Amino acid sequence: MSNEIKEKLITDDSLIQISICLGTGGVAAGARDVFNSFAKELESNQVEAVIKERKCRHKVHQTGCRGLCALDVLVDVLVPGMAETSYARVTAAMVPEIVQEHIINKKPVEKYLVDEAHHRFFDKQKRRVLQRCGVIDPEDINDYLATDGYQALAKALRIGPEKVIDEVKTAGLRGRGGAGFPTGLKWAFCRAAEGDTKYLICNADEGDPGAFMDRSQLESDPHSVLEGIIIGSYAIGAEKAFIYVRSEYPLAIERLKIAIRQAKEKGYLGDNILNSGFNCRIEIEKGSGAFVCGEETALMSSIEGNRGMPKPRPPYPAEKGLWGKPTNINNVETLANVPLIILGGAAQYAQIGTEKSKGTKVFALTGKVNNTGLIEVPMGITIKEIVYDIGGGINNDKKFKAIQIGGPSGGCLGESHLDTPIDYDSLVAAGAIMGSGGCVVMDEDTCMVDIARYFMDFIQEESCGKCVPCRIGTKRMLEILTRICDGEGVAEDLQNLEELAKKVKNTALCGLGQTAPNPVESTFRYFKDEYLAHIKEKRCPAKACKNLIKYRVTPDDCKSCALCVKVCPSEAILGGKKGVKAEIQNDKCIRCGACLSKCPTKAIKVVDNDSAAAVEVK
Amino acid sequence: MDFISRTQEILDKHSNNAVIPVLQDVQNEFGYVPEEAVAHISSVTNINKSRLYGILTFYSQFYLKPRGKNIVKVCCGTACHVKGAEKNLTKLKELLKIKEGETTADGEFTLERIACMGACGLAPVVTVNQEVHGNVTSDKIDKIIKK
Ligand SMILES: Cc1cc2nc3c(=O)[nH]c(=O)nc-3n(C[C@H](O)[C@H](O)[C@H](O)COP(=O)(O)O)c2cc1C
Ligand code: FES
Repeated sequence: MSNEIKEKLITDDSLIQISICLGTGGVAAGARDVFNSFAKELESNQVEAVIKERKCRHKVHQTGCRGLCALDVLVDVLVPGMAETSYARVTAAMVPEIVQEHIINKKPVEKYLVDEAHHRFFDKQKRRVLQRCGVIDPEDINDYLATDGYQALAKALRIGPEKVIDEVKTAGLRGRGGAGFPTGLKWAFCRAAEGDTKYLICNADEGDPGAFMDRSQLESDPHSVLEGIIIGSYAIGAEKAFIYVRSEYPLAIERLKIAIRQAKEKGYLGDNILNSGFNCRIEIEKGSGAFVCGEETALMSSIEGNRGMPKPRPPYPAEKGLWGKPTNINNVETLANVPLIILGGAAQYAQIGTEKSKGTKVFALTGKVNNTGLIEVPMGITIKEIVYDIGGGINNDKKFKAIQIGGPSGGCLGESHLDTPIDYDSLVAAGAIMGSGGCVVMDEDTCMVDIARYFMDFIQEESCGKCVPCRIGTKRMLEILTRICDGEGVAEDLQNLEELAKKVKNTALCGLGQTAPNPVESTFRYFKDEYLAHIKEKRCPAKACKNLIKYRVTPDDCKSCALCVKVCPSEAILGGKKGVKAEIQNDKCIRCGACLSKCPTKAIKVVDNDSAAAVEVK
Repeated sequence: MDFISRTQEILDKHSNNAVIPVLQDVQNEFGYVPEEAVAHISSVTNINKSRLYGILTFYSQFYLKPRGKNIVKVCCGTACHVKGAEKNLTKLKELLKIKEGETTADGEFTLERIACMGACGLAPVVTVNQEVHGNVTSDKIDKIIKK
């Protein structure tokens, strides 16, 4: 993965370099062990492997997330005179062999190499916001500086706040936090608002369950966000900025703290930045676990020390925000785009993208695709390209069913939308939203009614309870959806659901309630047959809803090995050993799937439960 | 445990009136927010107890009761849900004989469900204390819990 950024970092090419992802994803896959193992092996073989003056004690280089989480732990090895090599799914046990063969004997270990299919993961991407992620050391400001870091800030201070706003406007940057409001316009409002004290807030609450773009950005390239914040503060005339980070992201908070300290030391933050007379301070605020706090007015109440309840707008934050002062609030990714615009110029920035959606968008591609991870794509790319080219297709060659974009406020798009381009307006027209970038792929085994129920459950849990439509309307919707999934749906349910969806949408106080019906409406629109199967035939076509399925052993395939009996936590399996075929007792079975994955002969099958009386639906 | 004096120490560290960071620190100190601490914060800051409890019950990260020695969190975010998080949760409930949000009688385990850890690429995810486990299957659960 050699690129421009990397070349800027390498000043001494006579050294062996090893890069290991130590982001949350990497660590979850065991990167820490791999890291230590490399350190130990290199030490005991007395191999000098270090990147220039990197402060890492272990002589192994730590990086942030490079995106391809499915292959974690990913390790890049660069031996002078040899091509750069990436190893996938590395474990500590593989390290001695890699060190011995590749580094000492100069023969890459073929069997562990990342294969061709995975190279395609990067082909259709345009990594601009993520350009440094996985390449630089996020805890060392010198890496950031060596890759043009803080030059945009210097330029901004030279050209002045008005020109900065103009550039951002011309570039056509739209908010990456959900709604896609033009950023330059928002800045201009806040700059024009009356008042001496103004604030800028960076929204790093990232509440969409199934998304981690902002986390990765903060963990892998924190200075890019800081630089965007400082430029934004300068443009609107704020001397104080806040970063509101959810506390589920301890590593991101840690790295932000380090970055803020280093930026201060080098004079990019604090008083009289780069001798311009501009002062700026940044404070980190930790969230406490409430999805609604991602909504801007709720977020501000939370910083003020109250319950995070949203307020009706207007007044907009640009007039009356934090502590009643004009406030500008932007998402992490929006701000990380700013240095790119200022440094490269608006015209260059706007070359990528569609007419109304410029630049790139970062997505967390997850679910049933082969290559899960963090991706950055040009606006206008199609869903098909994301799922099949970048995502490498569906797990186990199953059939694609839907892609959920935009999280709890977004929608599920099916096969007929594979050619839909990803841009703000096309997605809204299709019934989803760009959202912050969650992108969950679903296959034939995912039940769409269950997904609608899942999101409604989430919304119910997170509704702050201030307004009636959201507090009670979503509860009624959840009850109906739960009933349908449990096989107890009645004929009127569909109509009631539709009506409730419309009412909640039109009358809720804040964005949470107003968008809450989206997952229901979109699944309803594109997967109505699944709703009907649940209600009419008491059947779950995806075989996912617990009440509508049961597990059954095919006697001919059962080898009485007793593995299922051992693994069953609820003692629901009779026989299964000493030559007696296993038999699952339906009433005791909790459908945890433990036996299913354990059975060596795949003798256990999921089948429709004996259906109750069929229901007539118009 | 001397709740009052340690709560006072935390209050001393926060000079401004931001109560949420104070409560976060109290939670970190004791693992939950004890009644005594709330009473003390209220009397020092002149903030009504009812307002403090309003805040404590609003945010899901505050706990009013002590929790188990090991906190097992099952991620039920969208990516994990699609990849079978619900099954893992069912299995854990059965194994530990508790419901989500509860603590085992011996105080060893607390079982919680959370919405997204931010490690969705490795879904489904289960965390035990600070340790994150990716691609969790029912087999792995046995191993994780034994540790
Ligand atoms: C319920 C709800 C949750 C939200 N969560 C987030 C979030 O996690 N991160 C975010 O950046 N914006 C979130 N937003 C959008 C913010 O209110 C706001 O529009 C955004 O931070 C503005 O930044 P942008 O213009 O850069 O997109 C949420 C909105 C709603 C209604
Ligand atoms: S959905 Fe489980 S980690 Fe994100």
